[in-house]
Amino acid sequence: MTGKSSTVLIVGAASDIGRALAREYAKAGASLILAARRVERLAPDAEDLKLRHGTTVRLAECDLLDLAGHERFLDTLGEPPDIALCVVGLLGQQQAAEADAAAADLIMRSNYNAPALLLNAVAARMERRGSGHIVGISSVAGDRGRASNYVYGSAKAGFTAFLSGLRNRLAGKGVAVLTVKPGFVDTRMTEGMALPPLLTAKPIEVAQAVRRAQERGRDVLYVRPIWRVIMLVIRLLPEGLFKRMRI
Amino acid sequence: MRLAGWGNYPRIETRCLRARDSAETLAAIAANSSLIARGNGRAYGDAALNRQATLSMLPSDRVLAFDEATGRLTCQAGILLSDIIDLFLPRGWFVPVTPGTKFVTLGGMIAADVHGKNHHGAGSFGDHVESLDLALADGRVLRCSRRENPALFDATRGGMGLTGVILAATIPLIPVETAFIRQETLPADNLAATMDLFEASQGWTYSVAWIDCLAGGASLGRSLLYRGEHALRRDLRAQFSGDPLHPIAKRNHRIPIDFPAMALNRWTVRAFNEIYYRRARPGRALIDCDSFFYPLDAILEWNRIYGRAGFLQYQCVLPKPASLAGMTALLQRIAASGKGSFLAVLKLMGRQDGLLSFPLEGYTLALDFPADGQAFGLLNELDAIVADHGGRLYLAKDARGSAAMLRRGYPRLDEFRAIRHGVDPGGRFSSLQSQRLDL
Repeated sequence: MTGKSSTVLIVGAASDIGRALAREYAKAGASLILAARRVERLAPDAEDLKLRHGTTVRLAECDLLDLAGHERFLDTLGEPPDIALCVVGLLGQQQAAEADAAAADLIMRSNYNAPALLLNAVAARMERRGSGHIVGISSVAGDRGRASNYVYGSAKAGFTAFLSGLRNRLAGKGVAVLTVKPGFVDTRMTEGMALPPLLTAKPIEVAQAVRRAQERGRDVLYVRPIWRVIMLVIRLLPEGLFKRMRI
Repeated sequence: MRLAGWGNYPRIETRCLRARDSAETLAAIAANSSLIARGNGRAYGDAALNRQATLSMLPSDRVLAFDEATGRLTCQAGILLSDIIDLFLPRGWFVPVTPGTKFVTLGGMIAADVHGKNHHGAGSFGDHVESLDLALADGRVLRCSRRENPALFDATRGGMGLTGVILAATIPLIPVETAFIRQETLPADNLAATMDLFEASQGWTYSVAWIDCLAGGASLGRSLLYRGEHALRRDLRAQFSGDPLHPIAKRNHRIPIDFPAMALNRWTVRAFNEIYYRRARPGRALIDCDSFFYPLDAILEWNRIYGRAGFLQYQCVLPKPASLAGMTALLQRIAASGKGSFLAVLKLMGRQDGLLSFPLEGYTLALDFPADGQAFGLLNELDAIVADHGGRLYLAKDARGSAAMLRRGYPRLDEFRAIRHGVDPGGRFSSLQSQRLDL
């Protein structure tokens, strides 16, 4: 799928996973459109990708929280990309979100409304064309709401359900949808946390797994397979027991 | 988090920060009264460890410019040598100097002023750096080269990250026709014969010897000397039909666990050395760059064979006139201890004139020991032999040397300290090593 001709849109390209995805797809020969807020700071990354892999790179300004701007942003790209990857997300602070509706609202919009609505608009364009790949980076936190991060988790649960429905809707219409649940990743989002090494992936590992899964037309990806097992067990715990646990 | 060098000794608790670009580097410098930059953690000891803050430069790894005509390459400091080779060897370019692993960063190679198998002809890595951008303790960023800020340029090449944080550097790549090395392997029965072979190989671009450090008596210093040249297209045999710049990718192996302390003892090491020496095939061969320059890189995390306690790498260099006597004394002491390592390496170096750069004209010996109580005692004895013969230790390998020994070996230490004090009077940049050795 990622031949010389594919164009890959990465929304959230300034994130650690976004940067790794750009490297991974550029290495495979794709041309890239990197989208982010204050996109000018990605100029050195664009130059790096050109010098490393001789690929073409376009920068596109995009404030995902500006929902009304989504269509205009996609119009500026012209022909829809072959592959659209959405890597945006905001972990936020659970305790702040519990006390402050504005903080919770920002987490909810950043992880659900904004990415879901953008991918919805992308999907419509891909559906008209009859081809495309959509990749949404969701989270294992959306598999079950937990006290430590349920505001973030609930938004990711919504995003996961949205991607599932989108996949269902577009099945047989030439557009594939991949839901990615990375588990712990060693990024800016988790800096300073004590994460268990066996459960924690490097950004480049996420990027390689995403490209492999996308090329094979997979539906749901847990980057490290152990996470599929962990989350299965967590989902199976009876609520009466689960509500007393601190995990 | 817990952090260590490649030798897994010492292992300390530190706050590990990350720099994705120069803005984040400058913010980290401003926010910490004591810190040290770290590359890929391949310095063996405590050179890239600071208890308050250790700043990983790995995310600052962008290629900034490349001139296809001249081979001049500018990159951010965190780029790995393996990336540089993967990207540019297929286009016909190689680095002018490479250390024995490609899992090091550009900034790390400059800070440790690394050398390679071509030191006798090409000098150290730092000799080839055209310019670098250095972030100082006060937040300024200075371009340093032989013309701009030359004193700071000299002190930074080999300066172990103590003058500032290297943000980016420009180096010239050298053109190569193939990704292969034309190699000759020559056995030598003892140390004097090995040294004769090195002298006879001065005209070769690359030379290095594996030395059996457990052989004693008449066989003391028996070696296999490898010498090599970049293969030309016409050197490739007719049966090789692939792209000469794309050798076939080999599989890497990974050491999955820390070996138990039992695994390495004088019998297993002696058996390994005996087999290695006997299996060697003297003669000519055409081998790929990876196998010639980075044989250990094919075994990822090979440091784990030394177990959780870690190991100490010992690398010294002795001036040439004192080399035969000094190396004989060192090898006798090591053979008597029975603590020799799998891979001991001997090499003839050329002249070098850095402030804290390791090389000097003479022979260098590198070997490793499990980090147990006996090893520390043995290495203190080796230190005395090295010092008596006018030699010095390599800071990139060191985890346990003394300040007095360091001062004896590096006569330009005070020049270095004066330059460092000029740009960082408060000593913001410091490592466990710089504190231990009073650099």
